[in-house]
Amino acid sequence: MSAINSRAVQCSAQVVSNKKVGAYHHIILSVDSIAASARPGNFVAIAVGGASSALVLRRAFAIYRAADKGSAGGVIELVVAPHGEGSKWLTSRQVHETVDLVGPLGTSFGIPTEPVRCILVGGGYGSAPLFGLAEILKARGCRVDMVLGASSAGKIYAPLDGKRSVSSMTITTDDGSAGMHGRVSEALPQIIEENGSELIYSCGPMAMLEAIQEIADKYNLVHQASVEESMACGIGVCMTCVVPLRGSDGVIRMSRTCIDGPVMDGADVIWNSRGSIPEGTWGA
Amino acid sequence: MFNYSTSLGGTVLPNPIVTASGCAGSGKELSQFFPLTELGAIVTKSIMLKPRSGRATPRMAETPSGMLNSIGLQGPGIDSFLENDIPWLQSQSARIIVSIAGESVEDYASLARRVRNIPNVVGIEVNISCPNVENRGMVFSCQPDTARAAIENVRRNIGGEVPIFAKLSPDVTDIVAIAREVVNAGADGLALINTVLGMVIDVNTMRPKLAQKTGGLSGPAIRPIAVRAIYQVRAALPKIPIIGMGGVASGKDALELVLAGASAISVGTATFGNPTAVMKIKQELESLLTERGFDNFVDAVGFAHRLESQ
Repeated sequence: MSAINSRAVQCSAQVVSNKKVGAYHHIILSVDSIAASARPGNFVAIAVGGASSALVLRRAFAIYRAADKGSAGGVIELVVAPHGEGSKWLTSRQVHETVDLVGPLGTSFGIPTEPVRCILVGGGYGSAPLFGLAEILKARGCRVDMVLGASSAGKIYAPLDGKRSVSSMTITTDDGSAGMHGRVSEALPQIIEENGSELIYSCGPMAMLEAIQEIADKYNLVHQASVEESMACGIGVCMTCVVPLRGSDGVIRMSRTCIDGPVMDGADVIWNSRGSIPEGTWGA
Repeated sequence: MFNYSTSLGGTVLPNPIVTASGCAGSGKELSQFFPLTELGAIVTKSIMLKPRSGRATPRMAETPSGMLNSIGLQGPGIDSFLENDIPWLQSQSARIIVSIAGESVEDYASLARRVRNIPNVVGIEVNISCPNVENRGMVFSCQPDTARAAIENVRRNIGGEVPIFAKLSPDVTDIVAIAREVVNAGADGLALINTVLGMVIDVNTMRPKLAQKTGGLSGPAIRPIAVRAIYQVRAALPKIPIIGMGGVASGKDALELVLAGASAISVGTATFGNPTAVMKIKQELESLLTERGFDNFVDAVGFAHRLESQ
């Protein structure tokens, strides 16, 4: 055995519930032991399309919440946007149907041992893993300010019960249809200054994460970012989902977001490098 | 009792199901899902002399029943590979087929010297579907003379210790002609087929989807090409063992390649869709062979070539 994928198991997960919520589907899956070993930031990889499907690659979904129910088994919840063929297939599953699922996979958000003032920033369905994280941070006595952004109001995922764990909730939309008109990065400086934030957690599109890193640099904050690069396998064998990441030895390597991520230290990611290999990368 | 063992140029494996190079990581990634000893062998990711960052992203595009990839042979280089990856695989008691790739004919010779005498290494796959930097980036395996030169350089440095398999590209006019060249140059066996060069254009950005523009097509979409190539080469060179690969995702798919002439089956892209695909394929192939009355796996190899009267 090795440390890689060490908590991952493959299982047949039954659909317990599948409900449309705004632009997304909220799906609950029965997953036995995976719920107990899942941590905020982890993801699962699901086979899509059925046995004779032309869709040959697994799809990765961030875990929204996980609940271990002891002998009754555990469930995980996903928030899925039906954009591509694979996610459309998943969001059309009926209750009692099963899907082939592997998880939990990837790194998780680091949890401070002492109360820290945190900002959680989500873009679109990237808000999904932040609610479970918020509950844990709140339980540790952390202040949790949440900022959610999307192109328009319908694409904000912010369930009512999710708001219980946050001290404040700020919404931004590109078109001004809800909350503040603009991007999350425009809302952040004021929130940081008002609350004396010390730590940023983020999940969303790469451009948003890069903009947050610039703010984290300016205010000298730690930034744990859940990055998104397209994956084929989710388990570290295909080498497609890489981003340039500076290691503890100072060396930049093309690193797998499924194994070394999805949660990475934002200060170590070489942002805005899609389409090129940064100078000095190991083996370049 | 079904005898699943197979023979590859002097190497006997307990079963014919192996991974495909570049589709099993370092072995550690898959070991959580099944013991590596269940495999006939693990074929490691093609290793080069020096560390290599690989290509920029996007590196991948899904296609109907397949995918395009352009990884660019990202890897740690032979020193780190021998220091870290090989000892770990040995600690798992895995049987190992090491895949090597070079940028020049001399690279292949240097790599061969490094891998010729390693415990648990049961074969060397020579990936000659790589650009030759000394010849305008032309792929070694696409021309008979460069294919021959690469294999000759490996053969000169590896005696009879371990069999060598030349991995060929299907992107040639006559794959049998290339196969003859590499066998004459000393290859003990062949690995057929590598990916097929392809391209996807994003109709929204209206540009090629991959950073490198082109990529290797793999998955069930290419299986008929693999079956054809294996069948043609088996017919021309019936004594040369073939490791067959190309879109195998089920036992039935594997059986097609076996009947065409493959003595072992590599599973690649199917593992991306299912980490336990190799185990499923191994079980299904055994069932299909016993249902058809085979007591020995090797009796099915090339069975599609039998005479009309048989």
